[in-house]
Amino acid sequence: MTREGACVNIQQLLELRVRELEELRTIFLTPFIFNSITLNSPTLMQYIQTQTFTFANPPHEFALKSGVKLGPITLAYETYGRLNGDKSNAILVFHALTGDAHAAGWREGDKNPGWWDGMIGDGKAFDTSKYFVICANVIGSCKGSTGPASIDPKTNKPYGLSFPVVTIEDMTVTQKYLIEHLGIKKLFACTGGSMGGLMALKWAVLYPESVHAVLLIATNYRHTAQQIALHEVARQAIMSDPNWHGGDYYGKGLPARGMAVSRMIGHITYMSEKSMEAKFGRKLIAKEKLGYDFSHDFEVENYLKYRGDSFVQRFDANSYLYLSKALDYFDLSEEGDLAAVLKGIRSKILIVTFTSDWLYPSYQSKQMVRALKANDIDVSFVEIDTDYGHDSFLVEIESQSKLVTHFLDNIAKEISL
Amino acid sequence: MTKTNDIILRPDHKIILDLIEPKARVLDLGCGDGKLLYLLKNMKDCRVTGIEIDEQAIFKCMERGVTVSQGDIDTGLEDYFDKRFDYVILNESLQEVRNPQRVILEACRVGKKVIVGIPNFCNISARLQVFFMGKVPVTKWLPYKWYNTPNIRFLSLKDFRHFCREKNISIVKERCLNQEKEIYLRTNLFAFVGIFLLNKN
Repeated sequence: MTREGACVNIQQLLELRVRELEELRTIFLTPFIFNSITLNSPTLMQYIQTQTFTFANPPHEFALKSGVKLGPITLAYETYGRLNGDKSNAILVFHALTGDAHAAGWREGDKNPGWWDGMIGDGKAFDTSKYFVICANVIGSCKGSTGPASIDPKTNKPYGLSFPVVTIEDMTVTQKYLIEHLGIKKLFACTGGSMGGLMALKWAVLYPESVHAVLLIATNYRHTAQQIALHEVARQAIMSDPNWHGGDYYGKGLPARGMAVSRMIGHITYMSEKSMEAKFGRKLIAKEKLGYDFSHDFEVENYLKYRGDSFVQRFDANSYLYLSKALDYFDLSEEGDLAAVLKGIRSKILIVTFTSDWLYPSYQSKQMVRALKANDIDVSFVEIDTDYGHDSFLVEIESQSKLVTHFLDNIAKEISL
Repeated sequence: MTKTNDIILRPDHKIILDLIEPKARVLDLGCGDGKLLYLLKNMKDCRVTGIEIDEQAIFKCMERGVTVSQGDIDTGLEDYFDKRFDYVILNESLQEVRNPQRVILEACRVGKKVIVGIPNFCNISARLQVFFMGKVPVTKWLPYKWYNTPNIRFLSLKDFRHFCREKNISIVKERCLNQEKEIYLRTNLFAFVGIFLLNKN
């Protein structure tokens, strides 16, 4: 393992794991907590190991969409379940903006299971007793895959802003290398929520013969002005932090204030007005009455601060800039009519949206549904009625599971998997 | 043989299955829990799609392996090209739509043929209830009270025939049900349900 110096720092901190998800669970999924506690008993389970795959070693660097060449590239990934004899039962799961390869199960020392543990596992929606599930960290991120915090072999220093700008297409194509490395010619399915959904859609377009079923959750085919605007505020927050130093902050102080503010904005966009009202209302923090000063009065203020501060510990500021930019660049219809772009898709598609998701609202998915139907592509579309906003894809496990289980089962039957 | 042969078919489903030839491409508007589409898919090897608004019904469709889109049939047909389907089905859903005229014309646009199943609001039992009891009728096929009915359009088989004539839609076949049995005479008086096979060029 050649973990880069700068990332080691972050990696160590990462061992604390995604505390955010813990909180989401505490709030939304009380029954799951019991589940987690019982599962946490080490005698009952096998730990998941994160693995790495390195390719594009010089002089065979990978050509990014921008034309810049990058190599070597390392992808961190995890797998769950077993690959069958003819390698036909693989499901590739793409993570969201600040996610990682740890989608399910427990790694040694984990305080929480992977970010989609409710959906992936034995007997769950992505049933690991039938399917072989793979999740890889995207390039540009900081969770084990090559990104701006990685060491540039040419300088022996972290890339920082000299890391080339990557796109959703680059993130998707690099994962094709991993899938080929695993000997898989055709995925049974690929899926993702939010940014992961963009990648799953890209996969369906780029490799129509390499996937049977595609599940697109809380996602879009192009970033809209509002989505770009929200990201730009987050980027400006980071870049205005004096500690950011043009991206060259590794080994020095982190741009913590900027990161925290950008995460606060992010969290507001992941919730809905209703879910915030239900969770916080106007509740005060350990106070009888308003303080009439600028210290925190309301629970919601405290919550955002906590989320912001914990994010600084678990994510690299430059990675946030790169990945948010990649999202903003994404527009499947840039080369013309969306229906024309989707024409080549050969897989069956399930599109799921959530009524209260105002970050990736349903109408955007409905435009995709229309374009797919125009091409006679088999597409099912469901808008789940929920108050949890964009976060719904992480917490609405029950209704999503019903849809996913049957969608996959029926396709598995059709292809005699 | 498929296990679906063992299922006791609803009489209206039986008629619709009769009307549709194998391997046809079928769109069901207001497909509910997907039962009819499931039968068409498994017994007739049809390529089926449904549109349904109710979330729980959609879960059922997915369970049955029926391709379905959540949507409102008053507007949901804009997604499709002309004559995309061999058959468009509107079974027991027309009386619930806001703009039935537009929905039927749209169905005729995207389907080569259209099958419409409607409850007959003027069958004899309903007529007698209105005449002798002076109350809005409640029957086996129309079990709702005025305050909880999902139906917002009330029509008879005769009304529907008139509508088709007016819009230049030809009725290729008409099959009528009284209770469980098919009937052929005085249908507007005795039928509870009429199923029409339509064609508009």
